[in-house]
Amino acid sequence: MSVKRFEGGSRVPGWYEPVDPAKDAALVPSPQEVQVPAELRGEIERHMALYPDSRSAALPALAAAQRVHGWCSPEAIDQVACVMALTPAYLDAVATFYDMLDTEPVGRHSVYVCTNISCSLRGAGELYEAMRDGAGDDPEFNVRAFECLGACDIAPMASVDGVYVGPLAPEDVPRLLEDVRAGRPVLADKQLSTRIVADPNANSRAYPSHPIEGGES
Amino acid sequence: MSDILLFKDIDEPGLATLEVYAKRGGYESLRKALEMTPEEVLAQLESSGLRGRGGAGFAMGKKVSFLPKGSIDKYLVCNADESEPGTFKDRELMQKSPHMLIEGIVIASYAAGASRSFIYIRGEYVRQADMLDAALAEATQAGYIGEDILKSGHSLSLVVHRGAGAYICGEETGLLDSLEGKRGNPRLKPPFPANQGLYQGPTLINNVETLATVPAIIAMGGEQYAKLGTDTSKGTKLVSVSGHVQRPGNYEIELGTPSREIIYGLAGGPPEGRQVKCWFPGGSSAPVLTAGDLDLPYDFDSMAKAGSMLGSGAIIVVDDSTPILDVALKVAKFYRHESCGKCTPCREGTNWTVKMLERIDNGTATPMDIEIMASVQEHIIGNCLCVLGDAMAMPIGSMIAKFRDEFETHIEQARARNDLAPAEPEPALAGGVSAHA
Repeated sequence: MSVKRFEGGSRVPGWYEPVDPAKDAALVPSPQEVQVPAELRGEIERHMALYPDSRSAALPALAAAQRVHGWCSPEAIDQVACVMALTPAYLDAVATFYDMLDTEPVGRHSVYVCTNISCSLRGAGELYEAMRDGAGDDPEFNVRAFECLGACDIAPMASVDGVYVGPLAPEDVPRLLEDVRAGRPVLADKQLSTRIVADPNANSRAYPSHPIEGGES
Repeated sequence: MSDILLFKDIDEPGLATLEVYAKRGGYESLRKALEMTPEEVLAQLESSGLRGRGGAGFAMGKKVSFLPKGSIDKYLVCNADESEPGTFKDRELMQKSPHMLIEGIVIASYAAGASRSFIYIRGEYVRQADMLDAALAEATQAGYIGEDILKSGHSLSLVVHRGAGAYICGEETGLLDSLEGKRGNPRLKPPFPANQGLYQGPTLINNVETLATVPAIIAMGGEQYAKLGTDTSKGTKLVSVSGHVQRPGNYEIELGTPSREIIYGLAGGPPEGRQVKCWFPGGSSAPVLTAGDLDLPYDFDSMAKAGSMLGSGAIIVVDDSTPILDVALKVAKFYRHESCGKCTPCREGTNWTVKMLERIDNGTATPMDIEIMASVQEHIIGNCLCVLGDAMAMPIGSMIAKFRDEFETHIEQARARNDLAPAEPEPALAGGVSAHA
């Protein structure tokens, strides 16, 4: 097992890069220097008004900027920093903490495959492999193995651009990706919202009529 | 009997709309509560014996009573960051009956004297957050949220705040930091949120299910509610059953129902021809139980007595076709990923545990590694600001204790695969360095 090493043998990227002491710390960007799209500014300000302390809007604001820019790019961070009157470094620190905020460029369509315990027990490993192979190096897709997405009743499942679909088999992958490429609702018959439960017999909301199995006690 | 209170009408079409919810008696409890004094509402909550449904199982009424009295700004935060692996009950509640949660929040805020409330919902629940937003707009329109609710003098604002994907934000103080727009690092306790929480103000934090139960308690009366369940675990509980069962899903049970009845009766048990190997009674943070524990009643104290916990009420069933090492590795990797890194025992301990499990898997481990791994778990528990590290250490520790033979067999087999000599006790160091010459 080899540990990934960056420049200078460091385990952390950027650690080895020397600090330029002559450079000033980045301050809150001035509105003269940073152009913020009016729509984004409006959305961020709307969020800021909801809280007693406007800083609480950091997460919704970063999410909004990510929707505009595709990822939390330095430009996106600067724009949020400008509207919220925070330093870019502060927002960078926040953005790197959360899984759903991308601090590197990613594909436009997010495909989060849940690979946590409940989904894994039902074949999430194969599903994830199939999803990665299916998407290949298509730059439109951002296929990620994600922690529990809270839909173990339809395991194994994935969240495609925020839409929960499951239970999925590796065979469903080509159709899923095709739906996304064509801009159609993804796997309409397997969406969580279109059905009450995964399996029509599941969650029957009543005890089954057959005797309880294994009840030897 | 199942689906008693929260899930009574859950599959009613359109329950998410105010119209249908009101037809089903929705917001009647709020009217009833607002006619009482806040102290009377609190007394109802206390007499109900309702214990928090998020994981810790702390008495809800007591939590409300800890908030200081007086006219300071108080906050109510609903923890909807349901991230515990295996848990999906809150998702179903919010998606199908968002008004029940909102009604519960308004009643609880009245009892606690809170004037601002927030629902912190995990970012992955896009649809559920949209449903809550829609329900909130309806409730505001109808005057259930806002200034002077139903002419009672009680005012409340409510904001649906979306997270961005971090398990640690389900920990109450991590959640508060995240809600303040920071990284979701847990805080030192005390001070507890009831004294210094959100924006340093007194804050009541409760899980979705806990708050959604409040309208039912007000409707039937606390004492009536307390007749459900057992002596120390009162009422009903939503359980999310997943993993190797034939009918995974959410079921509402009365606390104290035999575990076998939930796993085999409601969820259909493991697939044909397979047996239960182990099960997590309360999400992946709970120590595992085995097939021998299936006859335990499912309630807070029975689970604690068996060395585990009821947690969030997520039962994950693992059948005998799955190697225990796979389960352990999956669990450990999750906590390694989600550790916020603030406390060393958790940050390093989760990492070490994953590395040791990987060594067992690839055949470079010795039986001594099991000892070391068990001791690492002991050194994590109780040594961090929050219980994320414990949440890995407890299940891994229990797996080592209960399936030690299997770990040992796995080490031998993996070594044999790698053509390594069978594991022998580590050579004594007495020979010194010269032995290598």
